Amino acid sequence: MTLLELDNIVVEFPTRRGPLEAVKGLSLELNEGQILGLVGESGAGKSITGAAITGLIEPPGLIRSGQVRLRGQRIDNLAPEKMRRIRGKEIGAIFQDPLTSLNPVYTVGEQLIDTMRVHLGLDHKAARKRAIDWLAEVGIPAPEARLDQYPHQFSGGMRQRVVIALALCAEPKLIIADEPTTALDVSVQAQILALLKRLCRENGTAVILVTHDMGVIAETADRVAVMYAGRLVEIGDVAQVIQDPLHPYTKGLMNSIPQIGNRDARLTQIEGAMPGLRNPAPGCAFAPRCPQAIDTCRTLRPIPVDAGSGQVACHLFGEAQ
Amino acid sequence: MNDQAQSPDILSVRKVSKRFDISEPFLNRLLERRPRRILTAVDEISFDVPRGKTFAVVGESGCGKSTVARLLMGLHTPSAGTIRFEDSDITHMAPGKPPALRRRMQMIFQDPFASLNPRWRVREIIGEPLKNFGICKTRAEVTQEVEKLLVQVGLNAADAKKFPHEFSGGQRQRLSIARALTTRPELLICDEPTSALDVSVQSQILNLMKDLQDEFGMSYIFISHDLAVVWYMADVLAVMYLGKIVEVGPKEQIFENPQHPYTRLLMGTVPKLTVGGIERAPVSGEVPNPISPPSGCSFHPRCPLANETCRTVSPELKVRAGGAHSACHAADAGRLPSWTRMAAE
Repeated sequence: MTLLELDNIVVEFPTRRGPLEAVKGLSLELNEGQILGLVGESGAGKSITGAAITGLIEPPGLIRSGQVRLRGQRIDNLAPEKMRRIRGKEIGAIFQDPLTSLNPVYTVGEQLIDTMRVHLGLDHKAARKRAIDWLAEVGIPAPEARLDQYPHQFSGGMRQRVVIALALCAEPKLIIADEPTTALDVSVQAQILALLKRLCRENGTAVILVTHDMGVIAETADRVAVMYAGRLVEIGDVAQVIQDPLHPYTKGLMNSIPQIGNRDARLTQIEGAMPGLRNPAPGCAFAPRCPQAIDTCRTLRPIPVDAGSGQVACHLFGEAQ
Repeated sequence: MNDQAQSPDILSVRKVSKRFDISEPFLNRLLERRPRRILTAVDEISFDVPRGKTFAVVGESGCGKSTVARLLMGLHTPSAGTIRFEDSDITHMAPGKPPALRRRMQMIFQDPFASLNPRWRVREIIGEPLKNFGICKTRAEVTQEVEKLLVQVGLNAADAKKFPHEFSGGQRQRLSIARALTTRPELLICDEPTSALDVSVQSQILNLMKDLQDEFGMSYIFISHDLAVVWYMADVLAVMYLGKIVEVGPKEQIFENPQHPYTRLLMGTVPKLTVGGIERAPVSGEVPNPISPPSGCSFHPRCPLANETCRTVSPELKVRAGGAHSACHAADAGRLPSWTRMAAE
């Protein structure tokens, strides 16, 4: 069952020197209960895509064209008040920094209870009981005592557990997790990912996991979408994208990750850097860095075509067939 | 390159500690009867950096690895212990005092956005140490040298007239490296030089650093939290936990047969780029608060092998089979299980 569809989304930020397109026509689908990894380098547009889904693009940024559909219903054009009811209830969000995504002047319990009272219509007593259950569920010891504490009394990992409980407690169908483990230490990162994965599997929640870390994707996601300069370059099942990537950018990205045990004297590197959003070149955005680029790549923008378990946007893929 | 009759180590650190007094003001302590609070960021660490090699320090945030870098550069003064650069004691080197020594070690910082003055042109940023240390006498010499350095780190000579904001993160880190290279240092201290960069750019910078090391025979102190990066860069590796070195030795030795439960924990948390099959073993617990570290071995609350001794007695670094040193009672008593994760690779 398709839960979420993005149909040719364009996200634009007006600036003094003309509009900047951060996302330049992105389409993808997400099934219920599926974990989709959205990867890319900083500036690729992955966080903006997440914000477009939750309706949290900061003005003056806006969705210039395209549609976001949740269970077939458009949500990108809803009034702010209506979107607020969907956000939290239907779509939960987990952000990178657990300290800024919790309100410092309310106890953790108050934040959980409020969320459940608003979205699930529970009374205070029932909500409090559920809140304790949720804290226990995300692995916080002594949940009854911790419920009445403030966010600053929790460590980084524990705070991110609270954020996960907060995102899941209204029983949303979809969670947008934007770099949920980037601010955490490696030893805590594994705990948080395992928790997120288990809870989403148990509750049938779909997740869009926005990250720059291929390792996180490899162990968490079902499908992977790779973004480059505001566009999708490749999407497919995690096994295919990680082990047998089709797009030269994905290949370069995978090879440039240092791997323990690899005894090569040098790392594979992609020359150059991602182009800025201003003055986009007419062809493929990756062409200036692509070792295999042909003339067509510099003049004609590739459109995504079906390939393997997903799609790839590359002229060379067609050539090879 | 440096085959003169020099000691094999360029830097030796002996029992260096750094304690920060984070107490409240005197009157508050007096009125509220609170004791002084001391944070021990670095606790009696000793190590040697071999000449021309890379000495890596790994650990999680708060373990004191950045404090070590700052101590070595003289940005903090140690509370105890000695730091020797070759034959000179640099423990209490006052800022700018013996420039002859200072120019032989340089530092690269983590954040390429904060470590370059946004109001200066590249020519001024890289030219400043050239002038300060009297390496170049005239403006023309400075310009020439700056342009040479820019080319060496993979930028263009024409970039000298640009401002830092005109560069991407990776390019800015190249600028930091160029600035560090001005004095032809023998020791380069790199504090998380690539953790603010994207992976495709990270590999460019790491390759560049290796090339420069080969070219100039520099020694590196490479501080990182990323074990995969350390695997690629290090010759010798020290693992820090709550201000102490818990394991130190040749890289291969530590990766192939770690002799401390914390090192094993870290190795186990490295995400593998293989799908399905291998999942990281989630470890319980987090790094404790360094203001009130646990008694005995500071790792014991998270250690699956902890016993009564671990809870009361702080372990010493002892040599293990293979030449690495680790501080672990379980390893002393032979209670450490055998380790196989890396064997096949």
